[in-house]
Amino acid sequence: MLPREYRTISDLFGPLIVVEKVEGVRYDELVEIELADGEKRRGRVLEISTERALVQIFEGTSGIDVASTKVRFTGKVLRLPVSKDILGRIFNGRGDPIDGGTSIIPEKMLDINGYPINPYSRDYPSEFIQTGISTIDGMNPMVRGQKLPIFSGSGMPHNRIAAQVARQATVLGGKEDFAVVFAAMGITFEEASFFMEDFRKTGAIERTVMFVNLADDPAIERITTPRLALTCAEYLAFEHDYQVLVILTDLTNYCEALREISAARKEVPGRRGYPGYLYTDLATMYERAGRLKGKKGSITQFPILTMPEDDKTHPIPDLTGYITEGQIILSRTLHRKGIYPPVDVLPSLSRLKDKGIGEGKTREDHADLMNQLFAAYARGKEAKELATILGEGALTEEDKAFAGFSDEFEDSYVRQGEYENRSIEETLEKGWDLLKGIPLSELKRVRDAYIEKYLKPRMSEKEAAEKAKTPQ
Amino acid sequence: MVKNIKGTILKISGPLVVAKGMSGASMYDVVRVGEIGLVGEVIELKGDTASIQVYEETSGLLPGEPVIGTGAPLSVELGPGLIEQFFDGVQRPLNLIEKEAKSPFISRGIDVPALDRKKKWKFEPRLEKGANVSGGDILGTVQETVLVEHRIMVPPNVKGTLKEIKSGEFTVEETIALIEDGDVEVEVRMMQRWPVRAPRPVSRRLPPNVPLTTGQRVIDTFFPMTRGGAACVPGPFGSGKTVIQHQLAKWADAEIVVYVGCGERGNEMTDVLLEFPELEDPRSGHPLMKRTVLIANTSNMPVAAREASIYTGITMAEYYRDMGYSVALMADSTSRWAEALREISGRLEEMPGEEGYPAYLGTRLASFYERAGRAICLGNDEREGSVSAIGAVSPPGGDLSEPVSQNTLRVTKVFWGLDANLAYQRHFPAIDWLQSYSLYTENLNEYWDNIYDGEWSVTRIRAMGILEEEDRLREIVRLVGIDALSKEERMILETAKSIREDFLHQNAFHEVDTYASMDKQTKMLRTIMVLHDLCMDALKRGAMLNDILRLDVREKIARMRYLSEDDLESIDALETEMKQQVTKLLPEGSIGDVA
Repeated sequence: MLPREYRTISDLFGPLIVVEKVEGVRYDELVEIELADGEKRRGRVLEISTERALVQIFEGTSGIDVASTKVRFTGKVLRLPVSKDILGRIFNGRGDPIDGGTSIIPEKMLDINGYPINPYSRDYPSEFIQTGISTIDGMNPMVRGQKLPIFSGSGMPHNRIAAQVARQATVLGGKEDFAVVFAAMGITFEEASFFMEDFRKTGAIERTVMFVNLADDPAIERITTPRLALTCAEYLAFEHDYQVLVILTDLTNYCEALREISAARKEVPGRRGYPGYLYTDLATMYERAGRLKGKKGSITQFPILTMPEDDKTHPIPDLTGYITEGQIILSRTLHRKGIYPPVDVLPSLSRLKDKGIGEGKTREDHADLMNQLFAAYARGKEAKELATILGEGALTEEDKAFAGFSDEFEDSYVRQGEYENRSIEETLEKGWDLLKGIPLSELKRVRDAYIEKYLKPRMSEKEAAEKAKTPQ
Repeated sequence: MVKNIKGTILKISGPLVVAKGMSGASMYDVVRVGEIGLVGEVIELKGDTASIQVYEETSGLLPGEPVIGTGAPLSVELGPGLIEQFFDGVQRPLNLIEKEAKSPFISRGIDVPALDRKKKWKFEPRLEKGANVSGGDILGTVQETVLVEHRIMVPPNVKGTLKEIKSGEFTVEETIALIEDGDVEVEVRMMQRWPVRAPRPVSRRLPPNVPLTTGQRVIDTFFPMTRGGAACVPGPFGSGKTVIQHQLAKWADAEIVVYVGCGERGNEMTDVLLEFPELEDPRSGHPLMKRTVLIANTSNMPVAAREASIYTGITMAEYYRDMGYSVALMADSTSRWAEALREISGRLEEMPGEEGYPAYLGTRLASFYERAGRAICLGNDEREGSVSAIGAVSPPGGDLSEPVSQNTLRVTKVFWGLDANLAYQRHFPAIDWLQSYSLYTENLNEYWDNIYDGEWSVTRIRAMGILEEEDRLREIVRLVGIDALSKEERMILETAKSIREDFLHQNAFHEVDTYASMDKQTKMLRTIMVLHDLCMDALKRGAMLNDILRLDVREKIARMRYLSEDDLESIDALETEMKQQVTKLLPEGSIGDVA
């Protein structure tokens, strides 16, 4: 079909334009706009009726006028050209190369919206990824094909953690092609260049694809950026067997762009002005993580979002938490204490951990030990809270043991260096070391056999005998 | 009646398409949209323009493309072959979609039948020629799986004389019987169709006073569910809603389980799909999948089909209820269903109610839960069947004041409230014992007291009393410290802790602990309470609290939950041991044992 050109813009508002008297325009198709001065922009059809098309302009509407702007409907939906050469390249938020290289000679043109994965065709994620960070590996283990976001706040070191994960992530005993797809949405130049530098330093840039929409780039473009990245990830994972780690940052900016369009369309808002379909929209991105039966590759998502006012019940983290398979939450209190990574262990969660740990994956005692550490840390924090109100003296002996445990836990288990890569063995051993200080009868989450095997050898006989007698 | 309706697309906005030239279409009729024939449903009619919610992604549609009416409302196919199958929200088998699409991704316009048309089932008639039959009578049976005998029934609105009935192997579309009603002759096939939005009729409804046990201690003992009951599980994310739903699907003593994954995670459904064929039903010894129907409409699948999925699920559940089975339906999560409703309502530009939800949210939710119930089914044998509905609710930020939670609480009788703090402490199931309730406890007291000699209701009330007392005492401790408590009060705290940690807490991933029979539950709770009584008595007679806390037997109580179902005598044996140990703690010169 011939491209059809119109000069019939009737309304302009926010990032949207209305084009009148159109014919044969398809829902969701790609639109090219030529301004009077020759500048070209792109957009997407949001709504179409027999004669009117509502078009969203990626680069915004400033400078567009009603009289002389030309609108061309391309008849195609937005597609991303892909080939294996895409590795090592940097693109802007619309998918055009910005690293000075040539454009990709496409092996395929892929619809950036993708199709939903058939749940029947999925394979359950069960391969443990060792990130070298104890609070993740030991307490909230991540598996291949999982989507595990970081819930952070402004001023916290989420980027450093994401870079550390990208640097250190390995699968035990595996030697496979590994790639990182990085999508930046509305982050600052400084943040973006931090990642670029880090990838360059470690040589990871060779197997990285970056899509970068900076804070001063058009906000509307951000709707497309993560979809480009995920389309690229699907291509690498399911057609070339790569193990892909997708880092999306910052989802909060993405959602705000979505709200902007929704408001411009005068849609009925849901909570805090975000559109009612925010959940569905986020799901169409997050659900693109996973593994497929009969395919070697996988997509693991590591999205980052900053919680406005550190509020976990804000719609963005809230809806994200309902879709993703867990969350790593950062704590400002730990951050102020100077603990890196400031992972708030208790509210953090990895939902897919159970199938990824244990004998043959990490170690037989992993699950029990993890539950025990959680329970003990929760108890310790509670005891410390009590102590702040009533003073140390009000604590029972065992409460004191737990309070001591929680301090030590934060100091030696949570805290680690930015370049410290702990193996899962080291992480587990550290856990058992910490449990030494707690009365045996309180260790209810661990099987006796593991206490015998892992804890007893750490205590001298006399110590063990005394422990057993300690009143609860 | 076949109506010839052919309209054209006027407007496209996401999952909503407006078409003109649709005169003759009825509300909730199914239509085929566009050249590629996307499935949609009429949800609004204005003159000859119809608003249609489309169950597939609409991108690429063009105004002017045709819309064809089918003249029938959204229906499901009912017949042998449902069990063990894995459907999407509009009853398309996902394995066939994969085959048809030749890809692990769901492409559009795929049309696959819900029931296998080629498979032959062995039909064994139960009635003979000449019998007078009416709706619901069982004509014969088909062994659908090792666990399920599929009863082929006369469709609800048919009656007359059986003119012919066959025996042998048939496909679901072949005629197996002829029913003559005056001049009209009805061919009966093994497959029926039923519109999903209409409840299937029953003869009469019964009060819910038979328990539905789940093997979960906090539920069965403290907040029990009944056959035909309606329950809701609200909780913030990460509080374990889905694990509870999975546990119930695994261990509830229903004969059929329908599990609806409504707008949830793809990996979770895959988990169920891979795990259920492996897991053994504790009662029959066969894989759980042999009694399960799965429906998955994950969060990234089209939103309109999500709205339909819970109706698809409950219609299938009702169909098995009609055969005389006890059916449990899990819907995870009804909040996603409500959001689908909100999204469509927004696109229709309806006046919103609270938080953008349509004003009819409450009525829709109520009419869904009202389809649960225990009933005498249609048919001459007066068989009893039930549908128990358990819906998860995902309130934003865990705040129960939002419309979906509130409207759900108004119609469900059991409330298992999940608490984020319990989840942080990895106390699972994170059901908050102080907030949750079950309005069925009264109905069940008689049932269980008959079995456990009147002990059940007394023990659970006493145990709950201790938990409530603990809450009060902890408040005091928080203000003035543990020293302000008397030793009896300290004892209450200890027992409450034991109830919490040794009874309420249950590890879904531990091979033994994941399921506890009612016998085991009763014995466990009794043991904890007996120890409490013994210790209280000993304290009164001068024993030292510290000695009591050091009793060896307490360790054994903590490990009761890991005792297998064949080894329940060891729990009984603890009682003698407790008595001996506590008696030893009495000060010298005490006369007699503790009691």
